[in-house]
Amino acid sequence: MKVLLCISHVPDTTSRIRFTDNDTAFDKTDIQYIIGPHEELALTRLLEVKEQIGDLNITVLNVGTAETEPTIRKALAVGADDAIRVDAEPTDALFVAKQIAEVFKNGDFDFIVTGKETIDFNGAQVGEMVAELLDLPSISSTSHFEIKDGKALLEREIDGGKEEIEVDFPFVSTAGKGFAIEPRIPSMRGIMQARRKPLKVVQPVEQAAKTKVNKFYLPEPKGACKMVDAENVEELIRLLHEEAKVL
Amino acid sequence: MSVLVYTENWDGKFKKSTYELLSYASEIAKMANTEVSALTIGEVAEDELKTLGTYGASKVLVLKDEKLKDFIAKSYSSAISQVAKKEDAKIVVFANSVSGRALAARTAVQLDAGFAPGVMQLPSSLEPFVVRKKAYSGKAFADYELMADVKVLSLTQNSFELIENAKDIAIEETSVEIHDEDLRAKPKNVEKQTGKLLITEAEILVSAGRGLKGPENWGMIEEMAEILGAATCCSRPVADLGWRPHEEHVGQTGKVVAPNLYFAIGISGAIQHLAGVNGSKVMVAINTDPEAPFFEAADYGIVGDAFKVVPALNEALKKFKAGQ
Ligand SMILES: Cc1cc2nc3c(=O)[nH]c(=O)nc-3n(C[C@H](O)[C@H](O)[C@H](O)COP(=O)(O)OP(=O)(O)OC[C@H]3O[C@@H](n4cnc5c(N)ncnc54)[C@H](O)[C@@H]3O)c2cc1C
Ligand SMILES: Nc1ncnc2c1ncn2[C@@H]1O[C@H](COP(=O)(O)O)[C@@H](O)[C@H]1O
Repeated sequence: MKVLLCISHVPDTTSRIRFTDNDTAFDKTDIQYIIGPHEELALTRLLEVKEQIGDLNITVLNVGTAETEPTIRKALAVGADDAIRVDAEPTDALFVAKQIAEVFKNGDFDFIVTGKETIDFNGAQVGEMVAELLDLPSISSTSHFEIKDGKALLEREIDGGKEEIEVDFPFVSTAGKGFAIEPRIPSMRGIMQARRKPLKVVQPVEQAAKTKVNKFYLPEPKGACKMVDAENVEELIRLLHEEAKVL
Repeated sequence: MSVLVYTENWDGKFKKSTYELLSYASEIAKMANTEVSALTIGEVAEDELKTLGTYGASKVLVLKDEKLKDFIAKSYSSAISQVAKKEDAKIVVFANSVSGRALAARTAVQLDAGFAPGVMQLPSSLEPFVVRKKAYSGKAFADYELMADVKVLSLTQNSFELIENAKDIAIEETSVEIHDEDLRAKPKNVEKQTGKLLITEAEILVSAGRGLKGPENWGMIEEMAEILGAATCCSRPVADLGWRPHEEHVGQTGKVVAPNLYFAIGISGAIQHLAGVNGSKVMVAINTDPEAPFFEAADYGIVGDAFKVVPALNEALKKFKAGQ
């Protein structure tokens, strides 16, 4: 069985965010990049499934420039089998989705896993777009994933509850909370092996952008936190009622 | 051309976010000099449908189809796109809920549209179509331009005020064609709590963290939520430790919420936690540690022991509510 796991290359969650070029571009100075947290959990779960069923080849895919290769190598070090990089600077979500769909068509993958959402763009759209482009069923915000007797069994979160889904291959699952609990970290051996694992670079297909970012803004600096004495909780209620008007 | 709103109903009732969506869409319709149509799938009583007119819809399109009994992103989005085409809708608005977002992304592909996920304000201009969205998990915002003829938007819950704008509303049935292959990935089993206030819908959230020491101490948190008509939620370690159900976990890897008022009790304020809650209008932190990072993000703070502050606050809140 073969899975295509799409990973994003994003600033570490603790990064301080700044912009350059008149606030039209992200300032990459001193930024540490990581695999998107949802995809890191997805990789962890897929490795567990691989250990259970034996036959599962995990290909990681990133659409990005050569800058993203350390992130891809990290996924290989954690345990992915091989990797593909579509050599392009992503223009928008549809562009990324189109590249992923193309790689899927040109391979013999059984299913696709993406993260629910990137932590830089916060689109939560690429996975669904891929599914739509390929006319595949999708399970969004998957909270549990397993393969049993050749069948994929998933759970997904819905507002106010959850659903169990059994789906035929192929499909797209976007990994949300619960997919795995703790991400795996690479071992020394994993890091050594990762250097020799195949990373194929392919050229993008055309897709005109339908959206673009004109300008970034940082939030207004927040006023200082108003402190209320622990003995005077009535004062807090008064402030929330009269000043903030939220009670 | 019109603005189409996809309205989600909850056992035949509309959620508050639906009225937010209509208020939002009506303001856009005013800017564009057009009307709002609302689409609803499934069985909803006529009186309930009429409430959509209060917030500016001039038409409700009702879609009843046996094939749309189960929520499946593919079949639902296909239905919505068909209706959008029939209505010549150039702007289609969804709630930015788990299901709304999935539908919006698929609908955007089907309509060859530009999609702005998680918007929080009205577009600053219609030509070019520019609208602001959150980026970098709430650490920044982006002015986002949609360059296609059709625009799809998903609106962040609680980010837009309700605006009454009563219209005479026409209720029409509509129909679409659903193919069986669009019904793959059908849920086998659905567990849904009804009658419970959803974390993503609540206007007030009472959230607690590891500072509460153990699950047996949540009584006062639930009590506070009950007094306030709020929902409870928690930090990630609390869910991971099994002290609270996983659905309550908020933050970057949990639910992203944006209530009017967020109480953070015994939560340190780690950046990954804040990433999921920093859209809240007002935040209150209660923590024994004056250096806790949450105080930097909060609007109001109390340095103190939750086990003393929360019971006292509950008593004072009861009095406040009784006096209202
Ligand atoms: C990739 C990644 C993703 C993550 N995603 C999330 C996420 O989505 N959501 C999330 O919440 N976390 C997330 N985390 C974890 C996050 O970094 C923090 O570890 C977590 O938020 C801490 O939870 P906490 O504040 O409840 O506990 P702690 O950090 O242990 O803080 C407990 C707080 O309680 C205070 N306290 C103790 N006793 C009392 C008392 N009697 N009264 C009042 N206050 C008291 C303490 O001073 C302290 O500030 C993520 C981490 C990573 C690496
Ligand atoms: N450049 C990229 N290359 C590969 N996968 C990506 C890329 N960008 C986003 N994805 C995948 O799509 C998911 C959703 O992204 P988004 O719609 O941007 O929130 C992510 O969690 C990734 O799995």
